[in-house]
Amino acid sequence: MRPRQVALHAALTLGGLAMLFPFAWMLLTSFKGVRQMLNNPLDWLPDPWRWQNYPDALAAMPFGTAYWNSLYIAAVTVALTLLTSAMAAYAFARIRFRGSEVLFVVFLATQMVPAQVTIVPLYLMLAEFGWIDSHLSLIVPAVANPFAVFLLRQFIRAVPVELEEAARMDGAGRWRCFWNIVLPNIRPGLGALGIIAFLTSWNSFFFPLIFLNSPELATVPLLLSQFSGERTAVDYGLILAGSAIAVVPTLIAFLIGQRRIINSMAASGLGGR
Amino acid sequence: MAVLTRLRPSRRPDPRPGLARPAAGVRTHDGWWAAFFLTPQLAALAVFLVFPLGFAVVLAFMRWDGLGAKEWAGLDNFAAQLADPDFGLAVWNTVKLALLTVPFGLALALLIAIALNSVRGSGFYRVLYFMPVVTSSVAVALMWQVILAGDEYGVLNTSLARWFGVDAPDWLGDPDWVIVAIAVVTIWSSLGLNVVIFLAGLQTIPPQIVEAARVDGASGLRIFRSVTLPMLSPTIFFSTVVAVISSFQAFDQIYVLVNPKHNEGARTIVYQVYELGFQDFQFGMSSAAALILLVLTLLVTLVQFAAQKRLVHYDS
Repeated sequence: MRPRQVALHAALTLGGLAMLFPFAWMLLTSFKGVRQMLNNPLDWLPDPWRWQNYPDALAAMPFGTAYWNSLYIAAVTVALTLLTSAMAAYAFARIRFRGSEVLFVVFLATQMVPAQVTIVPLYLMLAEFGWIDSHLSLIVPAVANPFAVFLLRQFIRAVPVELEEAARMDGAGRWRCFWNIVLPNIRPGLGALGIIAFLTSWNSFFFPLIFLNSPELATVPLLLSQFSGERTAVDYGLILAGSAIAVVPTLIAFLIGQRRIINSMAASGLGGR
Repeated sequence: MAVLTRLRPSRRPDPRPGLARPAAGVRTHDGWWAAFFLTPQLAALAVFLVFPLGFAVVLAFMRWDGLGAKEWAGLDNFAAQLADPDFGLAVWNTVKLALLTVPFGLALALLIAIALNSVRGSGFYRVLYFMPVVTSSVAVALMWQVILAGDEYGVLNTSLARWFGVDAPDWLGDPDWVIVAIAVVTIWSSLGLNVVIFLAGLQTIPPQIVEAARVDGASGLRIFRSVTLPMLSPTIFFSTVVAVISSFQAFDQIYVLVNPKHNEGARTIVYQVYELGFQDFQFGMSSAAALILLVLTLLVTLVQFAAQKRLVHYDS
């Protein structure tokens, strides 16, 4: 290899270690006992390995329930988001109606409003609905997603109109065209959006913190924050065992699907170009 | 096509040539179908976004704790917030955080993306740098807590003390340093996303242009300044806008890493909104603070769009 390549690899590896270190330290600390952390805080390896932190963490908090909650909330949110935003995107891309352009701009403008600005009225409204301390408060509002409509509209516009013309000649209606012609042709877009929507829901913390109270309804991030909030710094081994329980399965899923996940996020970052 | 035209003589010419082509029966006036396809998203947006925004504007002019009657307060809430030293501190901290995370985070991401674009086997690094992006912000905050803690548990400060004899500040406890600590964690956790976005942008630059510049004798630095940077500027602009907005909305990591309840130095506008609304139950006051945040966000975004006209290069 040329020296320039070697230098670049060295710099990138150094940066990579900085990215890796907090994860590694979390895992190592999660096996340490209090005494070792106090006496030899710079010891890398646990001595002795305290496996007990993991059963203790699992016994202290309902992590299994939280995993199920997070998983099904994310799955339902993704399904609803994909269906409704693909429908709206289809209307904007393929159907002429009065005010189409204006409505699309309004759509995009609503995306500028941060969730934090509407949080108090949203909370009061969901309380009226009786949705506070219910998973509905996390699923239904999350379906409103102008960005998803924008992204899928880009994909639909790239589908040749001739495909739909042919189907219409054969007597297919609007819905058949949408369902049987357009949707199968924008699968990469749906996949990318699905991944982004899943991660957003899976890692969401602000809304569960405000909308949920019951421990058995908690999502993984919410449970983790409560778990650490109840403990003092003395319990770092236990806290980090809890963090590892929350993080490691996500990381494994990421490593399996890394190419698609990264490409989806990169494409969305470019505004769907 | 002749058949199609004969069957649908009312076909109109597309007013926007070059965009999606008009097609018989595919792009026709079809108000009812449009309504059908739009209704689910439109209804969700109206109920969960537009209505709460209007409600927030009304609430901001009210005095209300959620229980008693709503009282008209005029501009009192805004005046109270603008006069409140806590709010001033929150604005200052929010701005400070944006000034630290946006330029440093994006510059670092750009450097890494350029390096990745010129090495073989970049896929491995891409995965490594991207790991924090998919990790829950709560877990990220907890992971960094044990690194940055000021007591004997904090591995950073104990290392600095043991190996270099440096007496480092209590990053999370000292109000003067806490924003710096939050900025480091924010940059760390968002770096991978910006890297892959820049990398995707870099890969759209035609290699012929870079090659032509090299043949003409341009140095690496010159190519960066005159080819890479202008061609990447739309991506950089987009990322800057997004980074500023998300830094203005930062909450999760701050809340877990250093609860601003215990360290005033970590108070941001979003935390102020949260505390007023959900700790003090001053709904009107909280909405006023939230609207000030919205106006600030819009102003900063507008300034960026004005600046891009001179700084960002678009093809054709």
